[in-house]
Amino acid sequence: MESIISVSHLSKTYAGGFQALKAVDLDIEKGEIFALLGPNGAGKTTLIGIICGILNPSEGSVHVGGHDIIEDFIKTRSMIGLVPQELTTDTFETVWTTVNFSRGLFGKKADPKHIEDLLRKLSLWEKKDSRIMALSGGMKRRVMIAKALSHEPKVLFLDEPTAGVDVELRKDMWEVVKVLRESGVTIILTTHYIEEAEEMADRIGVINNGEIVLVDTKTELMRKLGTKQLTVELHQALDSIPAALAAHDLELAADGTQLVYTYDTQAERTGITSLLNELNQAGIKFRDLSTSQSSLEDIFVNLVKRPS
Amino acid sequence: MNLRAVRAIYLFEMNRTWRTIAQSIVAPVVSTVLYFVVFGGAIGSRITEVDGVSYGTFIVPGLIMLSVLTQSVANASFGIYIPRFTGTIYEVLSAPITFFEIVLGYVGAAATKSIILGLIILGTASLIVPLHVAHPFWMMLFLVLTAVTFSLLGFIIGIWADSFEKLQVVPLLVITPLAFLGGSFYSINMLPPFWQTVTLFNPMVYLISGFRWSFYEIADVSLEVSLGMVTLFLVVCLLMIRWIFKTGYRLKD
Repeated sequence: MESIISVSHLSKTYAGGFQALKAVDLDIEKGEIFALLGPNGAGKTTLIGIICGILNPSEGSVHVGGHDIIEDFIKTRSMIGLVPQELTTDTFETVWTTVNFSRGLFGKKADPKHIEDLLRKLSLWEKKDSRIMALSGGMKRRVMIAKALSHEPKVLFLDEPTAGVDVELRKDMWEVVKVLRESGVTIILTTHYIEEAEEMADRIGVINNGEIVLVDTKTELMRKLGTKQLTVELHQALDSIPAALAAHDLELAADGTQLVYTYDTQAERTGITSLLNELNQAGIKFRDLSTSQSSLEDIFVNLVKRPS
Repeated sequence: MNLRAVRAIYLFEMNRTWRTIAQSIVAPVVSTVLYFVVFGGAIGSRITEVDGVSYGTFIVPGLIMLSVLTQSVANASFGIYIPRFTGTIYEVLSAPITFFEIVLGYVGAAATKSIILGLIILGTASLIVPLHVAHPFWMMLFLVLTAVTFSLLGFIIGIWADSFEKLQVVPLLVITPLAFLGGSFYSINMLPPFWQTVTLFNPMVYLISGFRWSFYEIADVSLEVSLGMVTLFLVVCLLMIRWIFKTGYRLKD
């Protein structure tokens, strides 16, 4: 795959001495939806800020569409649309003026038809003459997306796009993002909602303490890191795990009526056969079996918990 | 050159002016009329002439300068401070525009506003006292140069300030006193010799003197020196702004 953004050895140390990014390497592929996951203060917003030109990098380089973001910033910034995390809007302006302003700022010729289509797509057309201060939080978020898309960017950054947005609106936005992707726009989103990454992303990067901990396709990530659990429903409750089964990673649940076995799907032997054999030999009877796979959220929590 | 971006910023800022027309234009005009009443009418009636010009007429260029100086600084500093304060600056910083284009948009709008204001005050004054502009071209040149230079200074203050207090402090404690002491209301020849020398360190003297010369052909310092000082100040401001954008001072850190 051709990469549209290429970050290499990027570091950022703020004036106060806080190192927000530590030699980050990252490639974003053209046309993909990339989700950047990480806890608060992990460096997500700093990374986006540098790529978009809002912050100066301390070390390293970034190329967008093959152009350096410092040397060729006119070219790189023309390609990028940014929806920042904070709802920062010119409260006294109308929706129509502010979105057209953004298009002009990016040097694009006025195109009322494009702006109209955009506002209609984002369900903002009815509000086009409203002052932004009169809009709800969710509507303001849409205005910010409209501003970012007003100049037809090739790359769209969505920094926590659905923070504080109700469920219905969130689903709407996912739709908008999918339509955009189909039109060839590369989308990078940061989010706290694992559900969002799981729903939308092609690839996922996890950032923690200013370092990219992992980058992989969503399916691969879930397969690779996913542990599974086998739950054995017992006929008779157990007080404790029998000594004969101590070799297995077992837990008792539901007042001793369930035995939960955690195993790694990637391991050569999952140990299921031997476990079931040993249960049989120990005379423990069971009436049902079920397995479940860990969600992205569990994977994520495990990753960032790990001491680095 | 991204002229569309310059135009977008310029029109955005001018829109802000029309929206707040009362505080932008009306308030400074009212306060200038008050100066006329106090200095021109009440106190000025006791002073017959300065350098062969009646006192009311004499103070007109100084009054215009006083308003243009303070308003240029105020307009430009607010223009850039507000987006920094609310966070909307992110869009300008992430846009494909050079520092020169950003400055052209913001400073151009702030300067336009104070030039309009200066001309309105001039018109208002001509209704109150007899006025004659000997050199209209030089008058406009000084007006434009002053408006641009002090809008640049305002832009710098708007970037340096990290609170509303700081935003007010420079205009209140530096610009206004220097303009008052720079001969807005008197000729520096009226001062004792020692204070005349001290006054020559005040950059406002050169602006007001040159501007007054374009009206009445009377000046405290020569025209060339006036013009040279304004240009020097302009260049210093431009260099400072260039440094700000190069380093990202208060903008990208």
